[in-house]
Amino acid sequence: MKFTSLVMAAGFAALAAGGVQADGHGGKVKVGMITTLSGGGAGLGLDVRDGFMLAVKGNEAIELVVEDDQRKPEIAVQLADKMIQSEKVDVLTGIIWSNLAMAVVPAATAQGKFYLSPNAGPSALAGKGCNPLYFNVSWQNDAFNEAAGAWSNENGIEKVFLMAPNYPAGQDMIAGFKRTYEGTVTEEVYTKLGQTDYAAEIAQIRASDADTVYFFLPGGMGISFMKQYAGSGVDKNVMGPAFSFDQGILGAIGDAALGVKNTSHWSKDLDVPGNAEFVEAFQAEYDRLPSLYAAQGYDTGLLLASAAAKADVKDADAFRAALAEADFQSVRGKFSFGANQHPVQDIYMREVVKEGDVVTNKSLGVAASDHTDVYGAECSM
Amino acid sequence: MSTILLIEQVLNGLQSGIMLFLMAAGLTLIFGVMGLINLAHGSLYMVGAFAAAAVAAATGSFVLALVAALVAAAAAGAIIELVVIRRLYDRDHLDQVLATFALILIFSEGTRWVFGSFPLYLDVPAALSGPVTLPGGILYPAYRLLIIAVGLVIAAGLFALIAKTRIGIQIRAGEADREMIAALGVDISKLYTMVFALGAALAGLAGALVGAIQSVQVGMGEPVLILAFVVIVIGGIGSIKGALVGALLVGLTDTLGSVLLPIFFASFMDQSSATAVGSALATMSIYILMAGVLLFKPTGLFGKA
Repeated sequence: MKFTSLVMAAGFAALAAGGVQADGHGGKVKVGMITTLSGGGAGLGLDVRDGFMLAVKGNEAIELVVEDDQRKPEIAVQLADKMIQSEKVDVLTGIIWSNLAMAVVPAATAQGKFYLSPNAGPSALAGKGCNPLYFNVSWQNDAFNEAAGAWSNENGIEKVFLMAPNYPAGQDMIAGFKRTYEGTVTEEVYTKLGQTDYAAEIAQIRASDADTVYFFLPGGMGISFMKQYAGSGVDKNVMGPAFSFDQGILGAIGDAALGVKNTSHWSKDLDVPGNAEFVEAFQAEYDRLPSLYAAQGYDTGLLLASAAAKADVKDADAFRAALAEADFQSVRGKFSFGANQHPVQDIYMREVVKEGDVVTNKSLGVAASDHTDVYGAECSM
Repeated sequence: MSTILLIEQVLNGLQSGIMLFLMAAGLTLIFGVMGLINLAHGSLYMVGAFAAAAVAAATGSFVLALVAALVAAAAAGAIIELVVIRRLYDRDHLDQVLATFALILIFSEGTRWVFGSFPLYLDVPAALSGPVTLPGGILYPAYRLLIIAVGLVIAAGLFALIAKTRIGIQIRAGEADREMIAALGVDISKLYTMVFALGAALAGLAGALVGAIQSVQVGMGEPVLILAFVVIVIGGIGSIKGALVGALLVGLTDTLGSVLLPIFFASFMDQSSATAVGSALATMSIYILMAGVLLFKPTGLFGKA
């Protein structure tokens, strides 16, 4: 198994590096990755890092430095300064959380460094705060939710109960869902960030006449909610953006998650070129199933390699043009950048199923085709 | 809001209060008897949950998992008492905070090293997984009722231990005058290790019980630790009775606040701003409660002046 992944990585490397040697331009690109590798959110950062490393493995045009931000904005800022000033990186990437991205990205782009976002897409950076050096390779925060709203309209979901933590990303997600959803919102509940007990909310859900619960509770919050919901005997449908149902979390929820619908730009069973190979290579290399975060890290690596093969990073305009072409085969299928350098991509509806002993996602079809964010209109660059 | 919903929410508040009590009891015991601020108490909660998840995965038995949680947390507690904590009794609180904060980091990264970065699976036993119907037609999860029952039994056991047994007398004496009871021939360092391990075991049990309905992951103990500190400040530092009353107050305020405040504001505001204001205020409610208690009782409800 190790062998296949090596061959594959070497193949990608040859594709990427081939161009470098052939036409002479394009020196080394030094990449600084700041991501979360310790503490409670470490699973996400690990997946992004491992996906990225798989994509650029053996690629001699790319030199990578990885540092742990511990999920703390102040540490992320320090690391970014260090990478820019003493490591002299050309490109920064890796940040998982919106609040950390807001702390690092504007400062990094102001110093002339490229930033590729492998996760997190705060609306501020998609609209007025857009920047020629900032590329989002994941999603804008609202994307999965707008797709879920659109899917609900077409699938007879008439009354929903909305729930999210009371912080900017939570409010963005709910706003995204309401932007496209045409049915009735019966209740809208904001919980504490980091809340672990949802008994009070579940009682409200039981009393509500909604037919579906739509929630955004990333990480441990989602695990807690789903386990408690399953034990409560309430049998309303459950739906949400993929963040509470990625591969790293499903194992901890177990059977309680079966049947849940969730929207994502990627699924491991998507029939697009390169996806099956990616899933296989990732499993062979790291001995676990990839999550959507791993897919994002992988695509970020492929994007960077494609640009490095075409242009020299010292020539910022040429490198930017090479990035904007998005000339790589994304494991999500179609992928291109809109005018604000955020993704234009299909968003799929997935369902949590059991394959043998493994709880995982199966895609049900496209929920929103060529989806892009609404903030691009405010972006001028 | 219907009466049934209100009763259900009161039960939820009780249950979260009881869970907090298990954490706070150990914390307040350790502070009361040894004068030690133990920030690593949340790590012992995590140790219990991880031990339970590992044993449940290996054996499939929830009872064995609970036993493993008790044993693992007590052992971890005894070890850190012997190796680290013992050296801190005569230091000031700042040194204790620094050293036990270091223990949090060591436990977190150690756990990640052993179990990996992804959350573990631990579920309630099948027999208790569904809801039961209470008098009045209230559907309530059986497992949460079990948590309330276990918590009450442990509270009663602790009171009996402190009030009726020889060890309890020694603990109370140690609290009052540690030199004197050492002079009377009680092995004070053994007593301290025992009290610390007892507190740790309670935290570990809470971690395992709660881990089954929440997520078992690195860093799960710290949010609970903050609440447990609020509880012992409200209840009065060193008082088990205070910890029980404080925990129930915090549990009820927290649960009912998050449900009732948005409804209250909706009676005279439009829905979306009522939700926003209510949720924001609910987040603060337990801290407002703490400030209120401290205003009238600066040493907490049952604290000694």
